[in-house]
Amino acid sequence: MSLILDTLSWALMLGGAGFVLIGTLGLLRLPDVFTRLHGAGMTDTMGAGLLVLGMLLQAPDWLVMVKLVLIVVFLAFTSPMTSHALARAAILDGIKPWLRQADKGDAP
Amino acid sequence: MDHTTLMFAAAAGALLVAMVMALVRALLGPTVYDRILAVNAFGTKTLLMIAVIGFLTRRPEFLDIALVYALINFIGTVAVTKFVRYRSLGFPVGDNAEGEL
Amino acid sequence: MARIVSLFILMLVLWLVMSGHGEPWLLALGVASAALVAWIARRLDSVDHEGHPLHLTWRGLGYWPWLAVEIVKANLDVARTILAGPGAVAPAVFKVKASQSDDLGRTIYANSITLTPGTVTMGVDDDGSLTIHALNAGAREGLETGDMDRRVCVLMGDR
Repeated sequence: MSLILDTLSWALMLGGAGFVLIGTLGLLRLPDVFTRLHGAGMTDTMGAGLLVLGMLLQAPDWLVMVKLVLIVVFLAFTSPMTSHALARAAILDGIKPWLRQADKGDAP
Repeated sequence: MDHTTLMFAAAAGALLVAMVMALVRALLGPTVYDRILAVNAFGTKTLLMIAVIGFLTRRPEFLDIALVYALINFIGTVAVTKFVRYRSLGFPVGDNAEGEL
Repeated sequence: MARIVSLFILMLVLWLVMSGHGEPWLLALGVASAALVAWIARRLDSVDHEGHPLHLTWRGLGYWPWLAVEIVKANLDVARTILAGPGAVAPAVFKVKASQSDDLGRTIYANSITLTPGTVTMGVDDDGSLTIHALNAGAREGLETGDMDRRVCVLMGDR
């Protein structure tokens, strides 16, 4: 039983770490601030979610479990607000979203 | 070394690498919003790091710090974004009567 | 009144599961702090159908799991795009219609869109449509089917 839990935990933790790394890679290599928001959003949802799930399986008691779940709930409520505030501030500041040359025709 | 310890150490290592990458973006910019976004992402990784370290050292009290960090990270990011955009935290601000973001 | 009581109970439960204490003296402090929070929230006038949407609890149980599955699918899509390199990125800015009847519904819809990686809400217009920034064509098509809009309407009880 413990072996199954540990294996699952390993898979979830490695998956979560992988998503955090890919999201941050997106933060580095995507072309502008709006596209980078998507990379950061990945870390907040899937990366944090999988890491916390992996830790849930190793939690010693239910108090720890509740706190882990609360971390994900807080992130789920705050992450979109931060993304939206940043996108809105950047738009109001006159930063134009990066678009592919061929697509510029149907930009608003 | 117990293999669950190894697992948390691996996660902590990956988070450290990701934190360095976020710092690189914060240094490169180019706009101030890229930097705020990078610092926010850095904060998210820090809070995950605190939680992982709590399990690594078998001291679950660290999770309380992680929870508080999640809230401060959110309020801090929104406050800095608003301050950078409007140069003020109150409202009304300039042409924006509600100080809305 | 029912909202204030439910907020108080929610805060008390939160205090209990965060502290894990059961001694009478500490428990009294917990009750006092929960009551203080409920009183401040009432003074801030934030305990209404928007600040404490009690009426969404049951329908929410159907919506959140669906949203979680959507988030997983969108994450895999964005991960593929990032790993494929800058050539795979084709951002688009476009508008979608938010057909919810009130501000709370539109807020939930806009935040659900932002929470799903690949799409970010950049603004809400007066006519109720949302300005969306999408990372690539796949994310845009997924949103333009209107599936999420419909489900938020069901969540709000509009339809």
